[in-house]
Amino acid sequence: MPHFERLYNFACWLTQDRQEAEDLVQETYTKALKGFSSFQQGTNFRAWIYKILRNTFLTSRTGLKASSTVPLDFELEEEALPTAKETPESILLQRSDWQRVQQAMERLPVAYREVLLLCEVEEMSYQEISATLDIPIGTVMSRLSRARKTLRADLRPGASRG
Amino acid sequence: MVCESWKTKLDAYLDGELSEEEMRSFDAHVRGCPSCSADALTRVQMKRAILLAGKRFTPSTEFRKRMQQTIAPHPQRSFGLRWTFAAVAAVVLVVGWFTASYVISRSSRDQVYGEVADLHVATLASSSPVDVVSTDRHTVKPWFQGKIPFAFNLPELQNTEFSLLGGRLTYLDQTPGAHLIYDIRKHHISVLVFQERSLKLPASWGENVLSPKNLPFNMETWSQSGLRYFVIGDASAADIDRLAKLFKAAS
Repeated sequence: MPHFERLYNFACWLTQDRQEAEDLVQETYTKALKGFSSFQQGTNFRAWIYKILRNTFLTSRTGLKASSTVPLDFELEEEALPTAKETPESILLQRSDWQRVQQAMERLPVAYREVLLLCEVEEMSYQEISATLDIPIGTVMSRLSRARKTLRADLRPGASRG
Repeated sequence: MVCESWKTKLDAYLDGELSEEEMRSFDAHVRGCPSCSADALTRVQMKRAILLAGKRFTPSTEFRKRMQQTIAPHPQRSFGLRWTFAAVAAVVLVVGWFTASYVISRSSRDQVYGEVADLHVATLASSSPVDVVSTDRHTVKPWFQGKIPFAFNLPELQNTEFSLLGGRLTYLDQTPGAHLIYDIRKHHISVLVFQERSLKLPASWGENVLSPKNLPFNMETWSQSGLRYFVIGDASAADIDRLAKLFKAAS
């Protein structure tokens, strides 16, 4: 089963529920096996199977609920985050536990969470992310930027937790 | 700010998404710019933190096993597939049976033809080809009385080019029969007559077979009134056929 562990991890991040993630992964592989003929040889298999998982998630009850609460890209106001004023110490080196980062990631809207995970955890290129999420590369870049800023703001000392 | 244009591309730079030329320019700038290098360091550490925090969930052993069982190819064949195999097997059996029957039949037939040809050649090569030397059919036919378990008629050869040289007793497949030798324009033709039921001939043999292939002689064979006739020789097929017709008319 190619990408099994990573797909499961990604599914857990999307659904935020292990049982739902298991169902999602199982359905993804079933769909992938049934529809393998639709996979074009020579194209990106990883992007293809992640796309199946992500589309399956979006049509699930949790996915529909999550996507309905996603702020549209143009609705998010650019925050003038004082990144230049922050030192690495002020953001991360003060925290030794990953729990805070994980919690901040959990709080991200699913549209930002997924693009951040595909970029940072799956280490996909913008092109692969674009193919997986079926969005233009420009949108990939803007969502990534906003996801990072939101996360950074959330991890700032004294930031209020939503 | 001077660095604003650089900072907008900082994420793409750290994600390795800039062109080689832009990457080189960025490297040079970051090395000489404390603000951008500090920002880059912060973002790199953030990237690393997300990477480590993101690898959070591992599938349980039970789920992995369940998935392997679900995804693994099912050993039991589908109903349709079983029927397909059964149908293919049946076709193979039927085709095989027909092929085997045909091969055995052809093999058996070729063997009989071969033996008949051998009898013809061996007789002509013999120093005494015939035991009863006579051109008179009324002499030759009675000679077989008591020697073979059947009676047969010899044709009238008047007004034909054929002449009777004589006859002898012969055996085919341990069955006694009459072997007659005719002459036409210095060609010798053998006519062999056996009881059909005594010969173990293939059921698929037709009533009349003309000049079988792979035989160095012209030959005709047929069954009539319970007797099996073979007419064989190096004469033309037309002569063989004419003699055969004379026998058929006489019987």
